[in-house]
Amino acid sequence: MSQKEGIVALPDARGYFGAYGGRFVPETLMAALDELTKAYAVYRDDAAFQAELKEWLATYCGRPTALYRAQRLAAELGIREIYLKREDLAHTGAHKINNTMGQALMARRMGKKRLIAETGAGQHGVATATAAALFGLECEVYMGEKDIERQAMNVCRMNLLGARVIPVLSGSRTLKDATNEAIRDWVTNVGHTHYSIGSVVGPHPYPLMVRDFQRVIGLETRAQMLEIGGRLPDYIIAWVGGGSNAIGIFHPFLADDLKMVGVEAAGSGIASGAHSAPLSAGEPGVLHGSLSYLLQTEDGQIKEAHSISAGLDYPGVGPEHSYLRDQGRVEYIAVTDDQALSALRLLCRTEGIIPALESAHALAGVAAMAARLKDQIVVINLSGRGDKDVATLAALDLKEGK
Amino acid sequence: MMQRLHKTFTELKKEGRKALITFITAGDPDLAATCDLVDVLVAAGADIVELGVPFSDPLADGPTIQAASTRSLAQGTTLKKIVATVKEIRRRTEIPLVLMTYYNPLYRYGLEKFIADACAAGVDGLIVPDLPLEESAELRCLAAAKLAVIPLAAPTTPDSRLAEIVAAGRGFLYYVTVTGITGTRTTLPAELAASLDRVKKIAGELPLAAGFGIATPEQARVVGGHADAVIVGSALVEIIARHGATAAGRNELGERVRALRHALDG
Repeated sequence: MSQKEGIVALPDARGYFGAYGGRFVPETLMAALDELTKAYAVYRDDAAFQAELKEWLATYCGRPTALYRAQRLAAELGIREIYLKREDLAHTGAHKINNTMGQALMARRMGKKRLIAETGAGQHGVATATAAALFGLECEVYMGEKDIERQAMNVCRMNLLGARVIPVLSGSRTLKDATNEAIRDWVTNVGHTHYSIGSVVGPHPYPLMVRDFQRVIGLETRAQMLEIGGRLPDYIIAWVGGGSNAIGIFHPFLADDLKMVGVEAAGSGIASGAHSAPLSAGEPGVLHGSLSYLLQTEDGQIKEAHSISAGLDYPGVGPEHSYLRDQGRVEYIAVTDDQALSALRLLCRTEGIIPALESAHALAGVAAMAARLKDQIVVINLSGRGDKDVATLAALDLKEGK
Repeated sequence: MMQRLHKTFTELKKEGRKALITFITAGDPDLAATCDLVDVLVAAGADIVELGVPFSDPLADGPTIQAASTRSLAQGTTLKKIVATVKEIRRRTEIPLVLMTYYNPLYRYGLEKFIADACAAGVDGLIVPDLPLEESAELRCLAAAKLAVIPLAAPTTPDSRLAEIVAAGRGFLYYVTVTGITGTRTTLPAELAASLDRVKKIAGELPLAAGFGIATPEQARVVGGHADAVIVGSALVEIIARHGATAAGRNELGERVRALRHALDG
């Protein structure tokens, strides 16, 4: 096996990507994780399951999503060719639905009656609530109080979809604390509940399973690039919070000869300390069930993250990204809140597309690297649409007197 | 020095008594108070003291211990300072001391360095609620005979797995009585006695301690009928939450521990 093929074959049987991953959870959950691992091993290779998932993704979620050539954006940034993978056009407005459809289908087959989820920006909560409504499952979503305020529209959507949104008042009142509460719920109700984790984080098998459900993004991109231009791109760029949209588009290309860049949130700037960039400025540690890069103090307490984007406001990152970082297979950079806001406005103006604040980080990464990308063919994962962020943007405009 | 744990369980067994394990969060309300509160626990009849190491994200804990962790961290408590406090406590008592800590503070401290420092300070055992059997091999290997790595088992643990956990365990087996997080419960699971009897058979020579949800003397008495030790945490932490380490707080804490002791001794 070549080095690149070796990278693609991970994780190992214990859920490790090199030194990262594993299962750091209370004993109460170990039997459920074993059950889930066994079930997923069956469904992963089960033709009937995969065909059913594919059918739902096509007829219900609108896949494949378009790969759109953004010519005015490319001209503005002075880059040869830019393609946007339009995950914002998937049902519910983001890539999150790829994962929740897969997990809900599995939960249904495993006889679980109830789904729980954590959510930051609310996109994963909406996507879980959607799948739960579709398959007739009970659904409760944990969401930090701070995120409930800044993502009010998604709270309303979850309620409409029949889910109950449970406000989390502990800690930083954001995604990290919502995840703690979801794990506590799962520890208590593990018998009849499936925990639908929203990113490639958590204990094994979640980083593997969620990645596989998101690989559809990269598989479609590959086929579409070959169809459009008969070649693969030079660069693929995606934002990294937990890292599910990024690993989804990266993974099918890991063994290919092309460059990949993950863009973290530098918030108010790495030097300010108010950021969400564990791969750029964190240290390895254990949070929410796996070993990975983390924002933490000298004493191993988890630090509060900061980003204007609720979906990026998380001190950890998926273990596979930590591995890819150490291997040097993917380059990770970080852009600030201000850079992301400029990039968001640029896309609106040049292409008539309002991206999610999360996805705007990927665009800002491309803008920051424009000189390097001048002669390159670039694919950006446009993971979600920005309707949910309009209130945040309006408040900013008001503050700046626009 | 895990001998202290072994000695305590051996002597209690000889006397036909059950061990009372009391938990408080170290550094709540502050680390100086922790020394005094341990004195209270010892004087009131605790057999083993478990000190909780505060963590920012205690995902196996209910609201009571979460709040205690927050109070403790606000005072600047760190694992390093707790080790120093244990040294202080060791000047006063030979009671077995066990630290309960989430894995990340330990991982950051450095496993080897922690074990050396903890042993030198007089820590006897370690409970790590987010470090299951599969992930604890390195810690167990390094701790060897110096420090007991105390394993947890839960109602969801299958018997075959329980046997592996017992084989790797040292000190005692911490059986989590409820499928859930820490915190007082008005009622414990109906099947608890039968579960404890089943677990006891598999645990063999490893003493069986039951914890999570046990608050009242009556609950301690019932659980003590089916285990070698009873662990009480949140019920004591609630007293400290209300009174801190004031005279009133120390009195109430002592009274509660004496009542638990009395119930266990019948």
